[in-house]
Amino acid sequence: MMGFRDLLDSIRLNWGVHPEGHKTLSNACAIEVMPLPDRLVLPLAQHIGAPGRVIVAPGDRVLRGQILAEAAGVVSAPLHAPASGRILDIGDYPVPHPSGLTAPAVILEPDGRDEVVDFVRCEEPLTLSAEEIGKRVAAAGIVGLGGATFPAAVKLSLGRRSPIHTLLLNGGECEPYLTCDDRVMREAPAQVVEGARLMARALGATRIVIGIENNKPEAIAAIQLAALPCAEISVRALPARYPMGSEKQLVEFLTGEEVPAGGLSAEIGVVVHNVGTAAAISHALRSGEPLMSRILTVSGAAVRRPANLRVAIGTPVADVLAHCGGLKREAARLVMGGPMMGMILPGDMVPVVKGSSGILALTADEIPGSDPSACIRCASCVDVCPIGLMPMEMAARIRAGKADTAVDIGLKDCIGCGTCAYTCPAHIPLSHYFSYAKGTLAAAERSRLKNEAVKKLTTARSERLAREAEEKKAAAARRKAERETAKRKAAEAAAQDASAGGQEVTA
Amino acid sequence: MNAAAHAPHAHGGKSIRGVMTSVMLALTPLTLWGFYLFGWTAVWLWLLTVGSAMLFELVCLNLAKRGGPASLLDGSAALAGWLLALTLPPWAPWWIAVLGSFIAIAVAKHAYGGLGQNPFNPAMVARAALLVSFPLEMTQWVSPTPLLSGTGLGALEALEHVLFGGAVPDALTSATLLGHVKTEASRGIDLLASVPALGGGLADGVGRHAGSLGETGSWLILAGGAFLLVRRIITWHIPVGVLAGIALPAAIGHAVDPAHLLSAQHHLTAGAALLGAFFIATDLVTSPATAAGKILYGLGIGFLTWTIRSFAGFPEGFAFAVLLMNACVPIIDRFLKPRIYGHGRVQMSPA
Repeated sequence: MMGFRDLLDSIRLNWGVHPEGHKTLSNACAIEVMPLPDRLVLPLAQHIGAPGRVIVAPGDRVLRGQILAEAAGVVSAPLHAPASGRILDIGDYPVPHPSGLTAPAVILEPDGRDEVVDFVRCEEPLTLSAEEIGKRVAAAGIVGLGGATFPAAVKLSLGRRSPIHTLLLNGGECEPYLTCDDRVMREAPAQVVEGARLMARALGATRIVIGIENNKPEAIAAIQLAALPCAEISVRALPARYPMGSEKQLVEFLTGEEVPAGGLSAEIGVVVHNVGTAAAISHALRSGEPLMSRILTVSGAAVRRPANLRVAIGTPVADVLAHCGGLKREAARLVMGGPMMGMILPGDMVPVVKGSSGILALTADEIPGSDPSACIRCASCVDVCPIGLMPMEMAARIRAGKADTAVDIGLKDCIGCGTCAYTCPAHIPLSHYFSYAKGTLAAAERSRLKNEAVKKLTTARSERLAREAEEKKAAAARRKAERETAKRKAAEAAAQDASAGGQEVTA
Repeated sequence: MNAAAHAPHAHGGKSIRGVMTSVMLALTPLTLWGFYLFGWTAVWLWLLTVGSAMLFELVCLNLAKRGGPASLLDGSAALAGWLLALTLPPWAPWWIAVLGSFIAIAVAKHAYGGLGQNPFNPAMVARAALLVSFPLEMTQWVSPTPLLSGTGLGALEALEHVLFGGAVPDALTSATLLGHVKTEASRGIDLLASVPALGGGLADGVGRHAGSLGETGSWLILAGGAFLLVRRIITWHIPVGVLAGIALPAAIGHAVDPAHLLSAQHHLTAGAALLGAFFIATDLVTSPATAAGKILYGLGIGFLTWTIRSFAGFPEGFAFAVLLMNACVPIIDRFLKPRIYGHGRVQMSPA
């Protein structure tokens, strides 16, 4: 019956593409633990929100699990030392960003002694209260491991603002090449299921739906088995179609409802988390260990030995590639994440961060090679857009320098999935246009806010100065009046004295 | 903007050249059948039209500095010439072919800014201009003279005919179904009398009747259309819209007034209806972007075609119908947008 349902599902969906999966390069590789490198590079901003506040200094000796930077604000996450060792430096280092930007990072040299802080273990995490689960997840520095890197604890507290009835667990892994979620579900299904139950408990959700693309039958079977005792969990096979793993698509497919434009899925009572995040939460609460490593896929035709690895956060990409036997062919492009949405890396000196789901070394044959040509209005991009946008029209407006009018036809609804650019026969870099336009609009918005703030401050200042001048004047007038009164009084007194003296004299 | 610097780092493999090549592949069987039916003149005319279209493309690309010879290889000019050739009378003189290519490529395409910028279907602009300017040459149809049957001209004779002109032998001139009934109607002879007089071979599906290269061989046109649908070069919306737009009013009209309005079956199999529905109306550049827009556009073309055929002076109106609907595409695209996810059922106001 599954086959029939799959068929119906695929007819129902009128969006998306079927990129070549390349999953077999690595989906048979069991997760292996990569040894610590010589040096860890730990950027302070590995999550959406405010960068962490450093609480160690160069020269300090730290233990594994010790806090290096604490959360700075409501939407933030702490950063922990993945190894015991010495802090070499705190400064600007290259981070995963296409431009080769540097950003503040802590450099840690592991000493190989593996001395740890005291971890508070918990044998029965499901007996913890909702608040306590949230608190421990926040303290563990766990962020969305699917790549979004939104602090997990903040998402778990959404239940306090609006009632959440359903937790969706995203096991889609619709990006080509990536197999780390697949491996986690196969190898640690109990952890995934327990993590899901913990999150549902924190959220107050009564229903858990785990969605897994039907190209991962082993993962579906493993999770089904692990979830068997839990009546509140249902496991659903998803049609393998990109971008099924996008939050909006997943919510619509599994609940039939749409996330309101510009809003959160929590507004319709649904919260989505990644399976990797669930496993990390279960592990963190049981062992008491914060997030110090993550599982990622190393793949691409240029890699000698594709693998799924558990890597310490902060491990340089060069060490990860070396662990996988290095490159057997020239890599035309290094990508962090999946090929559809991942970012190009400026080099292999950048570190693995909490959001790194994959490291891909792609050969020239694997990446798009053609130069863009004119749009022939074939509307392939319109046909495949999962959001119902008209990418070619938006791109035309952005090209004409009218990014603001592209907003009128949905630029801000664009999820940046890259499906349009993937399918474009003219090889127009549509996603690039949209990122660029969103960036310029955000910059314009920031400068508008800044201008407003400056204006407000300037007005306030001139008002204050005027008021102060006024007050000064008033004070001066008052003092003058006081002085005059005093003078008059003195004069009067003198006159009185004089008359009195006269009297005295005359007396 | 550097395409290499941004995701996606993968591509589906579709290319403009691939799209054009698929359309040409789909056109090949019916074109070969046309060659067989109408003999060497048709072959020379086709070569001349496609060749001159490519030549004009090359000249225009150079003049406008739009990429030069490399852009010629995208196949768009060859395809435009090919489609134009399919709508010409098979015994038309050389200058019809060359002038048509010039109008299609230089006027209808490059004057508007080249590939992707033209609002009107180049082949149809050329056909309409030729039809209005040279009605005699454009309506001189001949009966099929299949290759190797001994009835037609040899290769060299045919070339001589195309290049230096010469009268079409009277014995070969014939009329298309639509032309015939229009002429007869003007003489006061209604359909009940004029249609049976032509005999049964008019709409027999293999096209052994007078007409242009591309309006014969209905089954081959359908096969080509199916190929494009399977390859996902086109979607079903426009062909279905066009055919429904012709067939529905035709069926109703014929039921009401069989003496003056042709049946749906005749309308669908005659003239450019099938070729137009699958190959011309579906031109990517000049058709709407969304599913709903495509259906509306197709219905409009079908209905206008039927209206022109039934009530106007020209026997065939497909080209005019396409051009009229081309003009509506910007407004269709503006108002029939897909609903954006998360925005409820109410359309966003158009920008």
